[in-house]
Amino acid sequence: MKAIYRRELGAYFTSSIGYVFLGVFYFYCGLSFTFSSLFALTYDMSEAFSLAFTALIFLIPILTMKLFSEEKKQRTEQCLLTAPISLPSMVLGKFFAALTLYTAGIAVYFIFAVILSFFAPAFGWIPVLSNFLALFLVGAAFTAIGAFISSLTENQVVAAVTSCIALMVIWLLDSMASFITLDFLSWLPKLLMSLSFYSKYAEFTSGIFNLSSVLFYISAVVIFLFLTVRVSEKRRWS
Amino acid sequence: MIEVKNLTKHYGDKRAVSNISFTVDDGEILGFLGPNGAGKSTTMNMLTGYISSTSGDAVINGVNILEEPVKAKSFIGYLPEVPPLYVDMTVRGYLNFIYDLKSCKQPRTQHIEEVCKLTKIFDVKERIIKHLSKGYRQRVGLAQALVGNPPVLILDEPTAGLDPKQIIEIRTLIKKLGKTHTVILSSHILTEIQAVCDRIVIINKGEIAANDTADNLSRTVSSDHRLSVRIPGDKKEIMQLIKAIEDVKYIRADMEREPGVYEYEIEAAEGKDIRRELNKVLAENSLPILMMRTADLTLEDIFLKVTMGQEFMLNPEFSAKKEKLNQEEVSLEDLEFKVTGIVKKHMEKERQKDSEYGGDKE
Repeated sequence: MKAIYRRELGAYFTSSIGYVFLGVFYFYCGLSFTFSSLFALTYDMSEAFSLAFTALIFLIPILTMKLFSEEKKQRTEQCLLTAPISLPSMVLGKFFAALTLYTAGIAVYFIFAVILSFFAPAFGWIPVLSNFLALFLVGAAFTAIGAFISSLTENQVVAAVTSCIALMVIWLLDSMASFITLDFLSWLPKLLMSLSFYSKYAEFTSGIFNLSSVLFYISAVVIFLFLTVRVSEKRRWS
Repeated sequence: MIEVKNLTKHYGDKRAVSNISFTVDDGEILGFLGPNGAGKSTTMNMLTGYISSTSGDAVINGVNILEEPVKAKSFIGYLPEVPPLYVDMTVRGYLNFIYDLKSCKQPRTQHIEEVCKLTKIFDVKERIIKHLSKGYRQRVGLAQALVGNPPVLILDEPTAGLDPKQIIEIRTLIKKLGKTHTVILSSHILTEIQAVCDRIVIINKGEIAANDTADNLSRTVSSDHRLSVRIPGDKKEIMQLIKAIEDVKYIRADMEREPGVYEYEIEAAEGKDIRRELNKVLAENSLPILMMRTADLTLEDIFLKVTMGQEFMLNPEFSAKKEKLNQEEVSLEDLEFKVTGIVKKHMEKERQKDSEYGGDKE
């Protein structure tokens, strides 16, 4: 697992993907922080955090598109699958590499927090940490989804576009729920809301720490990584 | 040691490999020979655990690849058909990754340098794989299989894409490795298999067509009923005379070897010796025999015989095909010979130059 983790992380920076991801992410976060906190003359960062969610929909697919599709295309997966390592450790190695780069991206919020803490004596670190945790968990869940989609195809562009659409659908679950007003479908909005990633995230940004939401994100990670392992496994049997 | 029992692989309805069984002893080099699409790569992929078998077992050093895949895989060094290279990495970076991936125990730098020297990629080890030629990539692939010094090596067409000089080098290397490793090697190049392998498995349409040593194979399929004869005189007349002999199934005038002298290929019915009869008939017509020898079956013949069936051998088409094969073979060997000759000469010149310059300096 360690070998794969290290190679994958290295590959982000031998190609341009790592730089593009971090560059765009930092730029977007910086912009949203400037407008929502600095220009609004508030030390409340919840707006900046909640804006980050939208960026993830477009940026996480960049991180995950290559994870498995490229291995298949270059036939390098043959090297991984015939090496003395188990499939789950291969998938985990790749997942953690993507997650590490993502964490390096969102770490920029700590810099913002430090800046604010200089100007605002009343600045509280607890909400920031809680928000940060939520952002981390959402990103982890999205990364797992992206990894799963990447394992389904040989083409990284297809993987990127499909992941992007999937994440967008997830993002829109809330609004879809609010559009359904038919009586006999009254159970559907409830179901959609319970699957919603955004409403749970919004809860965090408004200062509520909900343990069930944490478990929700972690389950999403586990489920999609498990599916990724199964997809890789299935290819051997087909 | 590798044991394969009734290995079968279906792709949907298509049966790629059916009921293959064989064993490879420790320190043996087994050659896997077959036309393209015969199921060589599929079998190798099953042995290495890359794909699973539909039924049957593959046991590596007593460990079943499906039951304890991680343990079984740790015994194997595998070079697939397409070397699995991360083209953005340097050769050294890549081999380091493989070293970690296989969790090797050898001292890292020393071991990797050793492997690089063995496969002759030491000079390019700082270069990015993307920029290497096909021959070098193939050798990096081989190096990757050797990292960790696994006791079993499975090499799928290891010399594909190499130039004649490199082919000879790699063959020598595989022979050397065969002394301490168990090797399975696949190829559709017959001379290669003949040169390197102790034992040959011929695989055709997913089934084992033959499994024996190279010598035994030529003996069992060999036929003393096939003759090559040189006779001076009128071609048509001679052919008619010989055709009239009982048990002669097929005759063909090969080519004019000397002025007025043709070489004839004669095929008698299986198990029949027509040499005496032939001599008698020709003597009666006062035609001298300038040369007569039984045509030994080469591996090409065996291969074609086993894969195409007996009838094919008697078909005129076969001779034409064989002729073509032989010509290609000869030209390739000639080329190898020539190239190595040129390289040797060149190296000698360089050495001379070096020593001259060296002398000047002193």
